Amino acid sequence: MTRHRGRGMASINYPIGMNLGGDPSQALVHSNPSGKFTVALSSIDLGQGMKSVTRQICAETLGVPVEDVYVDTADSDTGPHCMGSFASRGTHRVGNAVMAAAREARGVMMEAAAEELEVNAADLETDGRGNIHVKGAPHRSISTKDVAIAAQFKQGKTISGRGIFLVPLSNVDPETGEMSPATCYAHACLVAEVEVDDETGEVEMVRMDSAYELGRALNPRLVEQQLVGGAWMGISHALYETPEPYYPDPVHGPRDFVEYLMPGPGDICPHDIAVLERPAPDGPFGAKGPGEMCANPVLPAVANAIFNAVGVRIDELPITPERVLRAIKAQGGARPQARR
Amino acid sequence: MSKTPLQFRHNGRDVAIFVDGGTNLLVALRELIGDMTPKFGCGQGGCGTCSVLIDGELHLSCLTLAETVAGRSVETLDGMKQGPNLHPLQRAFADAFAAQCGYCTPGMLMAARALLDRNPSPSRAEVVEAISGNICRCTGYESIINAILAASGGRASA
Repeated sequence: MTRHRGRGMASINYPIGMNLGGDPSQALVHSNPSGKFTVALSSIDLGQGMKSVTRQICAETLGVPVEDVYVDTADSDTGPHCMGSFASRGTHRVGNAVMAAAREARGVMMEAAAEELEVNAADLETDGRGNIHVKGAPHRSISTKDVAIAAQFKQGKTISGRGIFLVPLSNVDPETGEMSPATCYAHACLVAEVEVDDETGEVEMVRMDSAYELGRALNPRLVEQQLVGGAWMGISHALYETPEPYYPDPVHGPRDFVEYLMPGPGDICPHDIAVLERPAPDGPFGAKGPGEMCANPVLPAVANAIFNAVGVRIDELPITPERVLRAIKAQGGARPQARR
Repeated sequence: MSKTPLQFRHNGRDVAIFVDGGTNLLVALRELIGDMTPKFGCGQGGCGTCSVLIDGELHLSCLTLAETVAGRSVETLDGMKQGPNLHPLQRAFADAFAAQCGYCTPGMLMAARALLDRNPSPSRAEVVEAISGNICRCTGYESIINAILAASGGRASA
């Protein structure tokens, strides 16, 4: 029995969002008389951080503290329309919609403040701490709360804004087959190192090193969390998960979490991630969004690493010990490839 | 079906309920006591999110017959924070971004607490072992392991 080390690499070019009849999302922003703002969305936060990121985008655009913004999501009865949280589109599409809505609301807020301070709205700026003042004259100041109260009770204005972001449908050109399904691409490269046991066929993850180019990371900790967790899911798809191990025969299919295999906390490996920030021209504050791309490069990188370790090219997922052993047997033994 | 009276301690407080024969502890806690912190995941003992402590020992409440806790002490995540203050483990989970969707978190915290109660400074391998019955689909476990090590005063390392 020998354990063979192997290293494999994969690069991906990942489109943000989708192209089924166009890809729109809407957002509405309004202030309450307290001077706090509510963002209404139908987009869902499944834990990936949609609420945090749209909150940041709204606060930054309005020029108010992030604590002053509340994001109300996930009621498609009462919220403005959203295509949904999928296709890695949340930060980019919804973020852009929130930005547009917040920009419109900011315009009204500045007009209302201008009326109270008896100046031109173009001469005003926000300090990001909940105040609006005359440029170069910070003492000529009014709080966003007082502006909201004045707008509501004195001026009869709603400090609110509407936003939509639409990537229009790109039809396929019947002559050339050409289309432009996405406006924004993220990129990644991942190197996986594995150890393959040529007696049992087991593959152990040794380490991963990756670089992700995903526009501006609006919330670096959430981005890191997504990339680390998503890579785990990539390992899981590469080596463990399948509902039909002997497809199309359902016999021996897993019936519960005990039989449906996934890597446990003891099966993970160190993962060093470099995030490269190249702001996207059409992203909110340059963001693209890590979304699903965090899992994708792991699968081909692991398959390549197994080839590098024992010389077998397995093109069926997941790469189970059985598949590895059969392939090694078919080629008459492990044939380690050159290490690079 | 006749109901059986059942008394036990729930997070340090005596409770008395009536349960149907065969009711499991998870259902008793969630539906009869109203403590929603133990989650229903698989109902088969495969995911760990319903984990609770019974007399200080980690148990899967979905596989525990409610009647077996008569006179015993049951602790859930609901009893973990001390007044308005988060338990050090909860604080460490938040600091380490050790939750994403959060569904596994109650079970992870209970498993971690059971570990630290009997072993205040565990090794990384011991932490891994302690949470190996709990499934997480979001975090890749790394941040959870780091959070538990941080809460134990141990050094979080890769």
